[in-house]
Amino acid sequence: MASLEVSRSPLSSRRELEVRSTRQDKYSVLLPTYNERENLPLIVWLLVKSFSESGINYEIIIIDDGSPDGTKDVAEQLEKIYGSDRILLRPREKKLGLGTAYIHGMKHATGNYIIIMDADLSHHPKFVPEFIRKQKEGNFDIVSGTRYKGNGGVYGWDLKRKIISRGANFLTQILLRPGASDLTGSFRLYRKEVLEKLIEKCVSKGYVFQMEMIVRARQLNYTIGEVPISFVDRVYGESKLGGNEIVSFLRGLLTLFATT
Amino acid sequence: MTKLVQWLWVLAILGSTWVALTTGALGLELPLSCQEVLWPLPAYMLVSAGCYALDTVGCHVATFHDCEDATRKLQSQIQEAQADLARSGLRF
Repeated sequence: MASLEVSRSPLSSRRELEVRSTRQDKYSVLLPTYNERENLPLIVWLLVKSFSESGINYEIIIIDDGSPDGTKDVAEQLEKIYGSDRILLRPREKKLGLGTAYIHGMKHATGNYIIIMDADLSHHPKFVPEFIRKQKEGNFDIVSGTRYKGNGGVYGWDLKRKIISRGANFLTQILLRPGASDLTGSFRLYRKEVLEKLIEKCVSKGYVFQMEMIVRARQLNYTIGEVPISFVDRVYGESKLGGNEIVSFLRGLLTLFATT
Repeated sequence: MTKLVQWLWVLAILGSTWVALTTGALGLELPLSCQEVLWPLPAYMLVSAGCYALDTVGCHVATFHDCEDATRKLQSQIQEAQADLARSGLRF
């Protein structure tokens, strides 16, 4: 790159990213799905759009856990539309954990970087090129999307939900001092070998699993970069954050506090 | 060293220092004004910590960014995506 100026027009951003991404870099997106028949085509379309516009080499691995709503059918149609080199279907018989979904997906991933995200459109694929740019910028092992810094944020949360979220995050920062501002987020980019190593070491489930990944990463001296993201919660209206989840979060937090 | 152990160490060091100073175990004769401040110090620190926590969480909740713009853009992109996919032959 001859010029040192960072121009923000799409064309120069694309060139910038193409030059920085060596021909060998390939990004595998892992999409564990359960009952995402409506959202899956949309997220795949947005991912394909983001990747194509930035000239990035990619594949999308859809790990469906036997969804009863026909997510698998939609996935098969998407595979026909975009090609089986871009859309890989690796379904499972029934609903198993997220950690095992990642392991299963990674076995089939041919990329050297792995992107994990939610398939319900709460995470927008437009941030993926930003993650990639950030990773190149600092040569980070992990890039984590954060809702709590910069112009990151959330849509669709009421005051109570915000208080719980910020309160939980404050507690986490005080107790674990993790060096990352958003620990329960699941929109991240990992080097493939880093993700493999971390999953091997992590023992928790759910929210706490995502937290543990970052904590273990710090223990292993991996570098973490952050990108502010917007989280559009369209699901919250239907499912409230119950007492059970709060209790299991606290239990998980205290376990990490006492064991790491 | 786990985080828990770190905290226990810090609390143990601070706690034993405080006990040593307030009970005169080290044989130091501190002036009365110092003793008056030292004695309620733990309670004072606890209350300050509580206030700090409330203040921080309160500020963060107040400045929590509501991504209205992102949501609107998402809605229009959803429509665009649905139209394009229908053209490519997707049966929803």
